[in-house]
Amino acid sequence: MIVFFTAEPSTIERGQASVLKWEVKGADSVSISQGLGTVSASGNRSVFPSSTTSYTLTATNAGGTATESVTVNVTAPAAPAPPPTPAPSDDFGTMVAKLIQDIYFDYDKSEIREDSRATLTKNADALKTIFGKFPNNTLTIEGHCDERGSAEYNLGLGDRRATATKEFLTQLGVSADRLRTISYGKERPTCTESNEGCWSKNRRSHFVAQ
Amino acid sequence: MKNLILSCLLALTASLGYAQQGADIVGRIVGGQKAVIAIPDFRGAGRAANLTAVFNETLFQDIDQAGVFKMAPKSMFPLNVPQRPEDFRKPLQYDPNNRTRAPWLLDWSEPPVSSDFLAFGYTAEQDNQLVLFGWLFNVRQAEVAAAQVIGKIYHGSLDEEGARKVAHEFATDILRQFGVESLAGSKVYFVSNRSGSKEIWVMDYDGSNQKQFTFYKNLVTMPNVSPDGTRLAFTSFAGGVPQIVVHSLETGRKIPFYNQRASMNATAAYTPDGKQLIYSSTASGWAQLYRANADGSKLERLTNTRSIEVEPKINPKTGNEILFVSGRGGPQQVYKMNIDGTDVTRLTTGEGEASNPSWNPQGTHMAFAWTRGYSPGNWNIFIMDVATREYVQLTQGAGRNENPSWAPDGRHIVFSSNRGGSMQIWSMLADGTQLRQLTSAGVNEKPVWTK
Repeated sequence: MIVFFTAEPSTIERGQASVLKWEVKGADSVSISQGLGTVSASGNRSVFPSSTTSYTLTATNAGGTATESVTVNVTAPAAPAPPPTPAPSDDFGTMVAKLIQDIYFDYDKSEIREDSRATLTKNADALKTIFGKFPNNTLTIEGHCDERGSAEYNLGLGDRRATATKEFLTQLGVSADRLRTISYGKERPTCTESNEGCWSKNRRSHFVAQ
Repeated sequence: MKNLILSCLLALTASLGYAQQGADIVGRIVGGQKAVIAIPDFRGAGRAANLTAVFNETLFQDIDQAGVFKMAPKSMFPLNVPQRPEDFRKPLQYDPNNRTRAPWLLDWSEPPVSSDFLAFGYTAEQDNQLVLFGWLFNVRQAEVAAAQVIGKIYHGSLDEEGARKVAHEFATDILRQFGVESLAGSKVYFVSNRSGSKEIWVMDYDGSNQKQFTFYKNLVTMPNVSPDGTRLAFTSFAGGVPQIVVHSLETGRKIPFYNQRASMNATAAYTPDGKQLIYSSTASGWAQLYRANADGSKLERLTNTRSIEVEPKINPKTGNEILFVSGRGGPQQVYKMNIDGTDVTRLTTGEGEASNPSWNPQGTHMAFAWTRGYSPGNWNIFIMDVATREYVQLTQGAGRNENPSWAPDGRHIVFSSNRGGSMQIWSMLADGTQLRQLTSAGVNEKPVWTK
């Protein structure tokens, strides 16, 4: 029944896409695990697993059931270069630019990803130092989305991303009244090509010194 | 199913007014056939001569765009075109090949023109004004005395604006004979970045007369117009975070609106009486729907979920049912609820992502954008019968097609599409035909068609 079921590429960096492709002949129903549900007899679907995930395709007809599995291996993104050490004379904006890093989200999601938790933990430590040095400055967290959802929905989604980011930093002890949030939805992309490489860069919380 | 929905929609208005004109043609319209109209070029006397090109183009487009007529091909027209009813002379014996005789009705009703109606007349200069003498004849009649449906004089200024005005008025009178509300005079508000930032712009329904309306030099988007056409509500970043701003369309000035304390207040839409706005606010931490008086007071929360909910649109006829977009069940879909927030049901099937619901003026159908059958981001325009949830796809995968908005006639839809490379405003008949690009400069999106 199952002609083929593949994942290309089979190893991705977190945040990147792998494309599942399949063709099934003579089945009454075809489904794929991991929430993809019922699918047509042949097709393809982009998936964005945040950790190594196996997908099982199940094809059923009167004669029985056939299954086939593929695994998408997810590697952590390459470790970013160690942050530059701020000079004692740096102003607030310069310190924020040097020490605070953007975090990225999965498509249509505002949950803080595992890789983003590490980044936010570092950001929180840095912010405590920076705010200690600059007691009158605030930081704006901008929530951004990729171009695919509607502009209206993305305004809500970007807001949710900024708010979730703020809540995470607050839980780590950063003072809430020093953090502001704003959603730009998909109105201010940092990358304008229509591909996953670009979309993954646009689904972000970006930090701006005020 | 597709044909059923479309023929009901399109026949509805077209069949109403024409009953008194002739049962045979009513039958043909309801049966999906259109009456044929011939519109030869009008001539202009004196200084009106320079304006005939604009006049003829406007009249032809208004009638053609309405979608109720089949336009008789100009190449088939007889050489001897009447300019006044007196020009018609009934021949003793009709000979289509005799070119020296006077115009006659059969010139237009017989092949090759095979028209049912003829719009004719002329323009002239009179007291520094443009005057149009316009007639509509039913050329299926045997005598001139019985043929006249319209005979009227129109006045305008002696310039292109005046030429467009008299053409629009004549077209409106012609369409009214067929129970169709003319689109002439209707406007489309939209978002354009051509000034350097996104602002609200306005144009005539046919794309002419494009003008910038807001001047915030900031990000201004998501317009909605009150049903009486006096107020414009939109979402502006001029105050920092996205907030709702209201302007008078009569004075152009800003009108006070109380925004909730929230990082986002957006996607506002008026109730049919214009007394209330419903909108989305993140006051609770999630984008949720609220109803308030038109000045923002007397706030009432309508939804209570931990999901993103935007774009509430109230049924313009009943003032009760709200269409809205929600992520409460997963990817964004279109839902319906009562105005008090009760009786929530999902209208779209759950496939793909759905957004941008827009009620037709009759309050029976919604136009919306859906990625059903395509990967995320590849939106197409659909319409759905809200009662039966039967739907029809109107665009077929050419570019991203978003933000449909119904024309006041309930027969046309304006939307944005990047099928030509950049995002522009397009209009079409509600069966997906008669596509027309209305803008070309800059990026243009989020059109709203108003009276």
